[in-house]
Amino acid sequence: MKISLGPLLYFWPKEKVFEFYQKVAESSIPVVYLGEAVCTRRRQLKFKDYLELATMLKQAGKEVIISTLALLETPSEFTELKRQIESCGFEIEANDLAGVHVAKEANIPFTCGTSINNYNLASLMKMHQWGMKRFVVPIELSKDWLNKVIASNGGSLPFEIEVFGHGHTPLAHSARCFTARHKGIAKDNCETVCIEYPKGLLTQTQEDQPLLRLNGIQTQAAACTDLSDDIEEMKAMGVTHFRISPSSMRSIDIAERLIKGEAIEKPLNPCNGYWKGEAGMELT
Amino acid sequence: MELLCPAGNLAALKTAFNAGADAVYLGLKDDTNARSFAGLNFSPKKLQQAISIAKQMGKQIFLTINTFPKPTEEHRWYQAVDMAADLGADALIVADLSLLDYAHSKHPQLPLHLSVQASATNLGALTLYKEEFNIERAVLPRVLSMKQVRDLAKISPVDLEVFAFGSLCIMAEGRCHLSSYVTGQSPNTGGSCSPAQHVRWEEKGDKQSTLLNNVLIDSSSKDEQMGYPVVCKGRYQTEEEKDPEFMLESPTSLNTLSLLPDLGKAGIASLKIEGRQRSPAYVEQVTRVWRNAIDTYMASPESYQCRNEWNAALSKVSEGQTTTLGAYERSWQ
Repeated sequence: MKISLGPLLYFWPKEKVFEFYQKVAESSIPVVYLGEAVCTRRRQLKFKDYLELATMLKQAGKEVIISTLALLETPSEFTELKRQIESCGFEIEANDLAGVHVAKEANIPFTCGTSINNYNLASLMKMHQWGMKRFVVPIELSKDWLNKVIASNGGSLPFEIEVFGHGHTPLAHSARCFTARHKGIAKDNCETVCIEYPKGLLTQTQEDQPLLRLNGIQTQAAACTDLSDDIEEMKAMGVTHFRISPSSMRSIDIAERLIKGEAIEKPLNPCNGYWKGEAGMELT
Repeated sequence: MELLCPAGNLAALKTAFNAGADAVYLGLKDDTNARSFAGLNFSPKKLQQAISIAKQMGKQIFLTINTFPKPTEEHRWYQAVDMAADLGADALIVADLSLLDYAHSKHPQLPLHLSVQASATNLGALTLYKEEFNIERAVLPRVLSMKQVRDLAKISPVDLEVFAFGSLCIMAEGRCHLSSYVTGQSPNTGGSCSPAQHVRWEEKGDKQSTLLNNVLIDSSSKDEQMGYPVVCKGRYQTEEEKDPEFMLESPTSLNTLSLLPDLGKAGIASLKIEGRQRSPAYVEQVTRVWRNAIDTYMASPESYQCRNEWNAALSKVSEGQTTTLGAYERSWQ
């Protein structure tokens, strides 16, 4: 099983992003996803900057996949997505059916990201027929669910399986920018204020219980998924990739430890509910 | 423009037709639809009756089979598709790829509408569904501004249906996991958002707490009007600011009466009223107002004006008695 690094979902200054991926290049992480998957207003890095990073990572021996936007709202966003996918020269992670459509038409192998609804074998086989080489198990599905999908195809699948194993899971996307709203400013004039929240804005219940992380138009889990104790079981099931969703430089160290087969430090607010068939925020 | 209304049972269906609905959407009494609340929805026999009533009245029935089939249980979803075809439903509202594929190949004559749960917001996604499964229509998630709806309608390969009135879902539908994160039950896999068995209200002193699977979603004074507890409409705080606020959205309903001319000019095929879980009285009230508004608009598009009495009638059946244009209005976003 390979450890993969999911796309950076937060908005960081350009220098910080370059520094992060430079460290990734020097690491032993074999699979790296990168690109803007959340909001097109975030323009610290242009697409050519991501391509520069992708090329640098490829030269460092990494398998590089360009992650695409999860929620497209304007025709121009689709035109831009199409241009990027067709010209990038990398495989892509489709986070919307728009990406699947373009990759299928252009014969570019793709990964289905967590926000694409693949809940059963027949749907996955359809995606595979269209060029899907790997899918990230939708975050709300459990190992029992995945086992049933695998069993229904005779014990293995003709494409790779990635599990969101560590990090704050994206739970939803909205038209509304919650970060801008919290700051009392309009989305159209947001000044990409989400740059002030490099791990999202922690939102608690009125009993101080951490509940969500607001990351612009994306809502994430406040709890940090940690499935590192389940890695051996995943391997036995046929899971091929274990995804770490980066939230800081420390995510690189976590990946390195897992690659070496070492235990990692538990996050402050861990959860594993989805994988165990419970509410996502639970820890069992 | 078609007026498409919800029906949780036969009484609501008859009420909707009598009040002026052109078509009604409904679901079976199981987890093949994303509103599987106890005591609601249609048995096969009731579905047959519903279709027969619709045919007599010259109206249409759309069956929602809009959850994602569970592994090893797929046959139940396929049976629902076959049954709808056999009974003569006018269209299926479907989100899952495998079901679209099944319905398209097995019953090519049965019109397919892409459910909002498929979360298709753009030309690429709509083209894929059109080319592969010949969908005729797509229901848009409540995340696009009016301009974005208009721009998409100009290039869409299929007819578009939009939510015109009802509970406001603020996330891209079908891709929202807030309910399953807190309760373990997901609209996508057969339940509903914030299933009732996880909701609890507690009174402590002069305060009322709203809990969802023991998570405090809101706390209010006893006399405050509360909406149905969903995670996105709760009051929360941050580490720095302990004053609770509606950080995502407050309890409110979507009302697009004022947008009717824009939706008409954009060529929107169908206006959808949300609320299969609501009472026949709600269906009656909302359908009557919308029938009146659409007829007024169609009779004289240039002079259409949204009437105060329509909005007043709709406010009464709205969440928190307030309404919004939601994402249609850029400033909301």
